[in-house]
Amino acid sequence: MRSALYARRRRRNAIAMTLSLGATLIGLGWLVLILGALLWQGVNGLSLKVFTEMTPPPGAGGGLLNPIFGSLIMTTLAVLIGTPVGILAGTYMAEYGRYARTTSVVRFINDILLSAPSIIVGLFIYEVVVAQMGHFSAFAGALALAVIVIPVVIRTTEDMLLLVPNALREAAAALGMPRAYIIRHVAYRAAKAGIVTGVLLAIARISGETAPLLFTALNNQFWSSNLNAPMASLPAVIFQFALSPYADWQKLAWSGALIITLAVLTLSIAARVVTRTRRQS
Amino acid sequence: MVDVALRQESAEVVMPSRAQVLVRMRLADKAFQYLTQATALGVLALLGCIILALIIGALPALRTFGFDFLLTQSWNPVTERFGALAPVYGTIVTSVIAMAIAVPIGLLVAVFLTELCPLWLRRPVGIAIELLAGIPSIIYGIWGLFVLAPFLQVHVQPLLIDVFGEVPILSSLFAGPPYGIGTLTAGLILAVMVLPFITSISRDVFEAVPTVLKESAYGLGCTTWEVFRNVVLPYTRAGVIGGVMLGLGRALGETMAVTFVIGNAHKISPSILAPGTTISATIANEFTEAVGDLYTSSLIALGLILFAITLVVLALARYLLLRVERRLGG
Repeated sequence: MRSALYARRRRRNAIAMTLSLGATLIGLGWLVLILGALLWQGVNGLSLKVFTEMTPPPGAGGGLLNPIFGSLIMTTLAVLIGTPVGILAGTYMAEYGRYARTTSVVRFINDILLSAPSIIVGLFIYEVVVAQMGHFSAFAGALALAVIVIPVVIRTTEDMLLLVPNALREAAAALGMPRAYIIRHVAYRAAKAGIVTGVLLAIARISGETAPLLFTALNNQFWSSNLNAPMASLPAVIFQFALSPYADWQKLAWSGALIITLAVLTLSIAARVVTRTRRQS
Repeated sequence: MVDVALRQESAEVVMPSRAQVLVRMRLADKAFQYLTQATALGVLALLGCIILALIIGALPALRTFGFDFLLTQSWNPVTERFGALAPVYGTIVTSVIAMAIAVPIGLLVAVFLTELCPLWLRRPVGIAIELLAGIPSIIYGIWGLFVLAPFLQVHVQPLLIDVFGEVPILSSLFAGPPYGIGTLTAGLILAVMVLPFITSISRDVFEAVPTVLKESAYGLGCTTWEVFRNVVLPYTRAGVIGGVMLGLGRALGETMAVTFVIGNAHKISPSILAPGTTISATIANEFTEAVGDLYTSSLIALGLILFAITLVVLALARYLLLRVERRLGG
């Protein structure tokens, strides 16, 4: 009787633990499957032409130079707009307004913005910028991406500034430094690695974003460096090419997907390395 | 010599008094404070602006169709009759499929990571699972379209149709030809995408359970599973639900991955193998091609509905997680 109960409990435990091992293997399996397919298909189509030639019409050879350029431009612009805003707001939340009620409200709203659907951001920028200007533009695309950058940077900036020991601030204050000076020259310096991590994560996040670009920057078949005109971006071109019936377009889409994934994974690994060296020192 | 003397002299001329420096410093300090405060408040304004812009954009459609917009299935650009029922239905069904798969697997992975996994392996496995969250959604889309959908079409869906074809209720759920793309495929892709969110939050809250609690349960002779089921899970319930809601918020709003594999058909089909559509996929597919104000406005109204749903889900998630954080901190 007793031993039967024990056996049942032990059996149930063994089943549950096997299931958890199985679940982990499934999770890791998906990762391997996705990365494997990407490498297999992407490397197949990868050549120097991908980086040196424009997007082709169907049936002709070509590369991804203009979308790569467009993605770089819009990402850079978005980071340039979003980072200062994010750092300033994060500074208020961790320094001046640490105990203010506003801060907890802003933190709550920011956390919601952090995981809000990115297509909504695209609609918002369409309404506010594109519809007012009357045409799609790379600038609108960069703004949409900036709206996604801001919450990420706010979050990490606040977290990292909160980690800076108060003794540092007090020591600086005892020397007679004004608060703005303490923040800029003591707190920022101590939290630098963390803030850089936040920016890297934000770049990783937006470099694969497609939805907010679809109806802000649109797409462009040709080379364009005009911020006031539609601009190609890697994700938008992948979307267009992958859903097309042409084999050579699909091949380019896979190459583009590989490039984006490698960029994103490199950035997230870089972000981890930055925080790690900080912890060790 | 001369040089030094000159410099001292000029230094004395421009050197402001101590009081002046203090005033300037105080001004600069105040200016910096107000600057940061204004940007922080700007974040609140940003959310307000997003809601406002969506409402203004959706107004023409809402005025034309009224409450019927939510209840109508027709989506006809030619006659300009638009209703949100099919996309809303698709959004909910794909998310339910995703959660039904991702919640048990995600929790089990977290159990593995906290209870079973040898210490040296925890970090690499944890990072690998989190990498799934880092992969851009368009990658999931292209992979789903070219790898997963054909596989399902050839190997899985015919099997489902055969097995459930005779069962009364399930037969309509798995009816129709195996298209490959469709609601089920979209749900599967979403499950993989939300899995890391559920896993990483559950792992964090599982790890926060006081060791004393677990050890006393082990001391009473509980098995690992019993400790998890009767001690860890009740203790971390709010956190786990928060993590699940966060994943749900992500699944509801996910755009690109779904757009690739859903098939974009504006009809409600009882079969989950049939193509359907979701709110975000409809917007992504049709927005740039929408002609006429009413069409555009209806799409923005769809966006408004999506934003309202995700806002509620995410706010609930954050509230639950905040409560957990407070309890652990206090």
